[in-house]
Amino acid sequence: MSAEKKTITLNMGPQHPSTHGVLRVKLELDGERVVTAEPIIGYLHTGIEKTMESMLYYKVIPATDRIDYLAPMSNNLGYCLAVEKLMDIEVPEKVKWARVCLVELTRVASHLVWLGTHSIDLGAMSMLMYAFRERELIIDLYEACGGQRMMTSYIRIGGLASDLPADFEKKVRNIIKTIREKMKDYDKLLTENPIFIMRTKGVAVISAEEAINYSLSGPMLRGSGVDYDVRKANPYSGYENFDFDVPLGKNGDAYDRYLIRMEEMRQSLNIAEQAIDGMPEGPYRAHVPGVVLPPKEDVLYKMESMIFHFKIITDGFDAPVGSVYQAIESPKGELGFYITGDGTNIPRRVRVRPPSFVNLGSLPVLTEGKLLADVVCAIGSIDIVLGEVDR
Amino acid sequence: MGLEEKIPDSIILTSLDKMVNWARKRSMWPLGFGLACCAIEMISTFAAHFDLARYGMEVMRASPRQADLMIVAGRVSMKMVPVIKTLYEQMPNPKWVISMGACASCGGVFNNYAILQGVDRIIPVDIYVPGCPPRPEQLMDGILKLQEIVEKDSLKKVHEEWGRKVV
Repeated sequence: MSAEKKTITLNMGPQHPSTHGVLRVKLELDGERVVTAEPIIGYLHTGIEKTMESMLYYKVIPATDRIDYLAPMSNNLGYCLAVEKLMDIEVPEKVKWARVCLVELTRVASHLVWLGTHSIDLGAMSMLMYAFRERELIIDLYEACGGQRMMTSYIRIGGLASDLPADFEKKVRNIIKTIREKMKDYDKLLTENPIFIMRTKGVAVISAEEAINYSLSGPMLRGSGVDYDVRKANPYSGYENFDFDVPLGKNGDAYDRYLIRMEEMRQSLNIAEQAIDGMPEGPYRAHVPGVVLPPKEDVLYKMESMIFHFKIITDGFDAPVGSVYQAIESPKGELGFYITGDGTNIPRRVRVRPPSFVNLGSLPVLTEGKLLADVVCAIGSIDIVLGEVDR
Repeated sequence: MGLEEKIPDSIILTSLDKMVNWARKRSMWPLGFGLACCAIEMISTFAAHFDLARYGMEVMRASPRQADLMIVAGRVSMKMVPVIKTLYEQMPNPKWVISMGACASCGGVFNNYAILQGVDRIIPVDIYVPGCPPRPEQLMDGILKLQEIVEKDSLKKVHEEWGRKVV
């Protein structure tokens, strides 16, 4: 061994239990200290954006499910809002409220997976079991709505795939009640847990200035105390009608981000409750002949509806020439869809602004100069999902 | 009126094949390795609600050298191909592979430049589980079907496959 070379290179991943998928991190180590940390991505590159360029507008929706597979409804909503902006479609009030309810429950489901995996990385094994137990309730609701456990494609252009199931309200109220109750258990397990605090407090710190410079969003940004939430800054889908707080951190460490995500779950449950309380009656799809599918009941009995149904399913619809950008607050941060239409029935380009990918860029700031064992905590607290990083 | 009646209760007669396969099928150690969406359903299968431990499979190993079952859960990108091949080769014999979900089995909805159209192009697959992603019950069914395969295996055959002489 030569005396000059003092650092060693450690390869973490792509098959590693705590990289949350197939992330690879190339670490230069000086003893236990990390000198450089370089995330290497692309092990789950699916070519989703390219695939979208060969699909009819409405056929893109199932592909959006598979971008961030922990929050499929958020992706559906982001894409559908973007296409609705491009096509200038106004959706009925009921659709807006139902979407908000579903997307907020999606945030809870996504944060539950994060909570389970993050705490299992830090050694709190039983948390994963509890988190997945509660997540099953939300997955059951998805199944009642869209017929699928994860890849629902329930939110469609101009409305929903079908009307809300008959026991929707009962199910949502049960979810809200149960998870509110169980959140107390999580608090007891983790929030005051000395081991958990030692592993997360003061670990993976990023200052507000750096967070803005790295273009972070979501809990990563708010953990450093920057008050930015797309739901408040640029309300979409009727978020201006809801009353909720945006939790902010002070220190920008992993513990603050943990507290923020826990508080976000509580706020999301409140929003879902408001949505279910004030859910207006009305149609579940906008009436835009030739663009939005007519209700299924009409297709069976009305000639015009059947013709439009057939035409939209086979040919899609022609979008105008132009570009739109629509951002939503997904569980991970600002999820944006930038769509360019060229006058045909397939999009010229669909660009996804993935919050996980942008947030992952801050990994060197979070880990360099710190201990090797804290790299796992840093990756967990960013809350990446590799499907979204690589697309 | 056979020999069996003369044997005391505490003695069980069996063949080596049967005994080894019985033990093997009830203590399979999967490689803890997820790729994409299906991995979340795989975790659901292992977690509280579905509880795969009922079939003696809950010990997920982080290292391929301790595992004998590989569940390819998710889409296999071209960049991941050499990694999966290496992982499979690092697993000690005997080993089995479950291809979980449409993407791992045939490319699924992603018929493009980036996704391998079926993991059976690089490693041998024993069980294909359909679905996008499969429900946890479906994965369990696949695992039970694999246990049937393991049960019918023969030490002789396995040895021949490894290219060794049976003594």
